[in-house]
Amino acid sequence: MAAESQSTVGYIQHHLTNLTYGKLPAGYERLDDTGHVHEVLTTDTWTLAHSGAEASDMGFMAIHVDSMLWSIGLGFLFLLIFARIAKRAHSGVPRGAQNLLEMIIGFIDQTVKDGFHHKNAMIAPMALTIFMWIILMNAMDLVPVDWIPAFMAWATGNPHFFFKVVPTTDPNVTLGMGFTVFGLMVYFTIVKKGFMGFVKELTLHPFHSPKWYVNILLVPINFALEAISWISKPISLGLRLFGNMYAGEMIFILIATMFGAGLVLGIFAGVLQWAWAVFHILVITLQAFVFMVLTIVYMATAHQIEEEDQFH
Amino acid sequence: MNINLTLIGQSISFLFFVWFCHAFVWSYLRKAMEEREKQIADGLDAADRAGRDLELAQEKAAKQLREAKGEAAAIIDAANKRASQIVEEAKDVARVEGERLKAAAEAQIEQDVNRAKEQLRSQVAKLALVGASKVLEASIDESVHKDMVDKLAASL
Repeated sequence: MAAESQSTVGYIQHHLTNLTYGKLPAGYERLDDTGHVHEVLTTDTWTLAHSGAEASDMGFMAIHVDSMLWSIGLGFLFLLIFARIAKRAHSGVPRGAQNLLEMIIGFIDQTVKDGFHHKNAMIAPMALTIFMWIILMNAMDLVPVDWIPAFMAWATGNPHFFFKVVPTTDPNVTLGMGFTVFGLMVYFTIVKKGFMGFVKELTLHPFHSPKWYVNILLVPINFALEAISWISKPISLGLRLFGNMYAGEMIFILIATMFGAGLVLGIFAGVLQWAWAVFHILVITLQAFVFMVLTIVYMATAHQIEEEDQFH
Repeated sequence: MNINLTLIGQSISFLFFVWFCHAFVWSYLRKAMEEREKQIADGLDAADRAGRDLELAQEKAAKQLREAKGEAAAIIDAANKRASQIVEEAKDVARVEGERLKAAAEAQIEQDVNRAKEQLRSQVAKLALVGASKVLEASIDESVHKDMVDKLAASL
C-alpha cells in the first residue's frame, strides 16, 4: 500500500500531481527526494517533472501527459465505437448497440431541439461529443484511485511516477473545453451578426437610450457588464466541472488513505468508497449533462438575433 | 493546478472530436433514423390508404349486393308474371280446344242422328211398303204406288 511508504499528505499530493512534460529554463536547480540540489541545468531542457514544484516552475510551456493521454484516448474510444456502430446503422428494426446509440442520439437531439431553434448542423454533434466524452472522463473517477497509478509505477519502475487518471480533475482540460465553447460563441456571433453586431452586443446592452449622447456615456458601463458576463461563461463552465470532479476525486483519495489504517477502518473505507462511488455516478452524468445543456444555451444566445427575442 | 499547454491541447482535441463526431457518427445515425421515420410514416400512410380502400370496397360490395338482390327480385317477379301468363294462355288454349272438340262431337252426333233418321226413314218406308204390299198384295203395284209411299216415308 502506497500509504505505508509515504505520509498521508505526500500520498494525497502524489495523487493530485499530473505527469508533466515541459521546459525547464537554463540554470534551473533540480532537487532530489531529500531536498538537495542534484543537478543544475546548463540549457533549456524539455523533460518530465520529478516533483510538483518542478511542474509549476515549468509555467505555461508544459503539458500534462496523463490528462492528454486519457482525454484523447477516451475521446477516441467513444468515437471509434460510435462510428463503428453508426457505419453499420440501418433503417430496419434497430437491435443491441444500435438501439442504445439511437436512444442516446434521440435524447441529445431532443435536448438540442428544445434549447436551440436555429439552423446549425454542428450543434447536435457537439452536444453529443461533450456529453459522452465528459461522461467517460468523469467515469474514470470510479476506478479505484490506486489501481492505475500503482500499475504505472510498477510498469515504469519508478515508485514516484505521477499518473492522474481522471482528466476532468485537471482544470486545463475543463477550462480548455470551456474556452473552446467560448471561442465558438464569439465565432458564431460574428458569423451571424457581423463584427459590428458583435461590438454592438458588447456596448449597447443592457442599457440603451434613443439619444446618442446618452449612449456614449452608457457604452463603458455596458462594456464592463457585458465583458464580465461573457468571460464568466467559459470560466463557470470549466470550473463547475473541475470543482465537482476534483472534490469527488479528493474524497476518493481521502477514503483510500484509510485502507492502510487497520482491518476495521479498511472495511469501513471499503463501504464508504462503494457508497461514494454510487453517489458519484449521479454527479458524473449530471455534470456532463449540465455542461452540454449550457453549451447549447450559449450557442443559442450566439445565434439569437435581437429582433427575434420577442418571438421566442 | 498549473495552467499550461494542456489547455490548448484539450481545445484542439475537442474541436477535432466534434468534427469527427459530426462526420462519422451523427450523420450516419441520423440518416438511418430519418430513413426509418420516413418508412414508418409511409407505412402508416399506406395503412390509412388501405383502410380507406377497404371501406370503399365494402361499400362497393354492399352496393353490388343490393343491386343483385334488386335484380333477382325483378327476375323472380317477371318469371312469376310469365308463369301466370303461360297458365292463362294454356287455360285459354284448353278452353278453345275443348269447345272445338265439343263442337266437333256435337256435329258428329247430329250427323249420326241424321244418318240414323235417314236409315230409319228408309227402313220405315220399306217396312211400310212391305206391310202395305202384304196387306194389299196384288192391289198395289209397286211401281205405281212407290211415289206415294216415299212421300209417306219422308213425312215421318
